[in-house]
Amino acid sequence: MRLVKGISRNYCVTHGAITDSQTMTYPTHESCAHCGHHHELRVENLRVCYRRVDALQDVSFATSCGACVALIGPNGAGKSTLLKAVAGLLPVAGGRILWRGTKVAKWSREIAYLPQRENVDWQFPITVRGVVRMGRYPQTGWWRPLAPADEAAIDRAIELMGLADLGQRQISQLSGGQQQRVFLARALAQEAHVLLLDEPFTGLDRNSKQALAATLRDLTEEGRLVIASHHDMDTVRDIYDEVLLLHRRAIAFGPVAEVFTEAGLAATFGVRPAAGKEVA
Amino acid sequence: MIDWLLEPFQQPFNQRAVLAALLIGLTNGYASAFVVLRKSALKVGSLSHALLPGIAVAILVAGLHDWSVFLGSLFAALLIGLGSLAVSRGSRLDQDSALAILYTAAFSGGIILLRRLGVAQEMEAWLFGNIMGLRNSDLWTNYWISCGALTILTSLHRPLLMTLFDAEVAATLGVPVRALNYLLLAVLIVVLISSLQAVGCMLALGLLVTPAATVYLLTDSTNALFWGGSLLGGLTSAFAVLVGWWLNIEQGPAIVLVLGAVFLMVFLFSPKYGLLRRARGLSR
Repeated sequence: MRLVKGISRNYCVTHGAITDSQTMTYPTHESCAHCGHHHELRVENLRVCYRRVDALQDVSFATSCGACVALIGPNGAGKSTLLKAVAGLLPVAGGRILWRGTKVAKWSREIAYLPQRENVDWQFPITVRGVVRMGRYPQTGWWRPLAPADEAAIDRAIELMGLADLGQRQISQLSGGQQQRVFLARALAQEAHVLLLDEPFTGLDRNSKQALAATLRDLTEEGRLVIASHHDMDTVRDIYDEVLLLHRRAIAFGPVAEVFTEAGLAATFGVRPAAGKEVA
Repeated sequence: MIDWLLEPFQQPFNQRAVLAALLIGLTNGYASAFVVLRKSALKVGSLSHALLPGIAVAILVAGLHDWSVFLGSLFAALLIGLGSLAVSRGSRLDQDSALAILYTAAFSGGIILLRRLGVAQEMEAWLFGNIMGLRNSDLWTNYWISCGALTILTSLHRPLLMTLFDAEVAATLGVPVRALNYLLLAVLIVVLISSLQAVGCMLALGLLVTPAATVYLLTDSTNALFWGGSLLGGLTSAFAVLVGWWLNIEQGPAIVLVLGAVFLMVFLFSPKYGLLRRARGLSR
C-alpha cells in the first residue's frame, strides 16, 4: 500500500515552491533538489554530553539529500541524542554539524524533528490541521495571518500524507500510523529538507509499518534526507539506503549492503541479534 | 420579586463588584487554558498561597497601599517559584516537593506576621476575597492588568501554543521556549494577583483552572478552549456575584462554587467527553 501518490516533480522541497501549475515557481535555483543539486549533512567528530557524561563521542559521517539513513544501536547507544543534536536541541560539546556547509543552527526551518510518539500529549485539544498548521509558523512568524499560499501548503501536506478526510479530527482519534503521518505532514508544511525521526515504527501495526516505509521511501526519492532510529532488523534493507551503526560512538557508516552485516551488528550490539526479533 | 432581582444593580459598590468579577473572570478564564494545557494547576496553586506572605511583608515594609500589596505579592511568588527551582537543582529533591516546603513555610510566616501587624480583620479578605470592598481605583488596576495580560497572551499565542504542545519541536522551530515559559509564569502570577481581591489567595486557583478545564471537556478546538474559558470565567463570575447578593452569601466563595457547579454539570453531561457519554459508550 502506497499512501503518497504523485508527489509532484515540479515541487521544490527546499524552497517551498508549492505550485499546482506545471511551471516551477523557482525553476533553476542552484540548490533545488529538483534540479539535481545535493545538499550535504556532515557530522564531524561530534561529542555530546548529557549530565556531564559523554552520550556520544567521535561521531563522524556525511550523507546527502535523497538518502534514507537508519540509526541502529542498542538502547542508550545515543540514537535519540544524535537526532536531537542534529535538530539543534542539545548543545554540542565538541565537533560540529554542518548542513549545506554551514552550522545546522542556521537552518532550523529546513530541519524537522519528529518526536517519539510516546512523548506527545495526544489529548491536547488540537486537530490534525492545527498540528500541520504549526509547520507554517516559522514562515509566517508569530503574528502574520496565514496567506492563501500557506493554506495551500497545509492542504497539500495533509493530502500527501493521506489525511485529507481527517483534517478536523482531534489527534488522539487517529491510528498510530496516522498519528505518525500527522507529524510528517507538519514537516512537509514546514518545507523541511531533513527529516529526523525518533523510532517512527515503534508501536505501529503491520500495515501501518508498511505504509510508513513506503512514505519514507517516497520522501527520500523526492529529494529529502530522512534519518530515523530503527529497531526492527528485518526491515532495514527494505527501507534504508544507508546505515549508521552507533554505540556511543560511530561503529560504521555506509550503504546498507556494506555496513549492515553480521560483523557490523556484532560490533555494535556485542552479540548478534537473533534473526526475526526486534532488538530492544 | 423583580425588585429583588434588580436590587444589586442599584448599588454602586455592587455595580463595581459585577464589573470587576466580569473583568477578572475573563482574564483568569483565558489564562486558565494555559494552566490546564501545561498541567500545572498545583504549581500555580502553590504560587497563589505564596502571595499572602508577600502581602504581609509589603505591609510591614511599606504600609498598606495598592502598589505595595501588588509588588509584595508579585515578588513573593517569583521568589518562591524561583527558589523552588534553585532547591531542586541544588539537591536531589524534585521541584514539586521543594515548592511545597517553601510555600507552606512562607504561608505560615505570612499568617503570623499579618496577625502581628494588626490587620487581622483584613486577613479574611486576603484569604477569601472581598469583592464588595472594591474601590474605583481597584477596578482600574484590574482593567490594566487584564489588558496587559490578554495582550501578551494573545500576541504570543502561536509560540506559546507550540511550546505547550511540544516544547522540543517548538525549540527546533526557533521558539525561545525557556524565555516564554518564564514569561508565562510571570503573567500567570500577575493574573493571580488581580483575582486576589475577588476570591482571595486560597480560592484564586479555582478561578485560574476551572473555566478552561470545563471547556476542555466540551471541545477539541484550541481557540474554543481559550475564548470559551474566558467567556465562561467572566459570565459565571459576574453571575455568581449576583447570586451571592440574592442569597446573602460571600461573593468570593460563590464565584468558585458556581464555577465548580458548572464544571460538575459538564463533567456529567458533556456530549463529547461527559461521564454519561462514556458510560453509554462502555455499556455498548
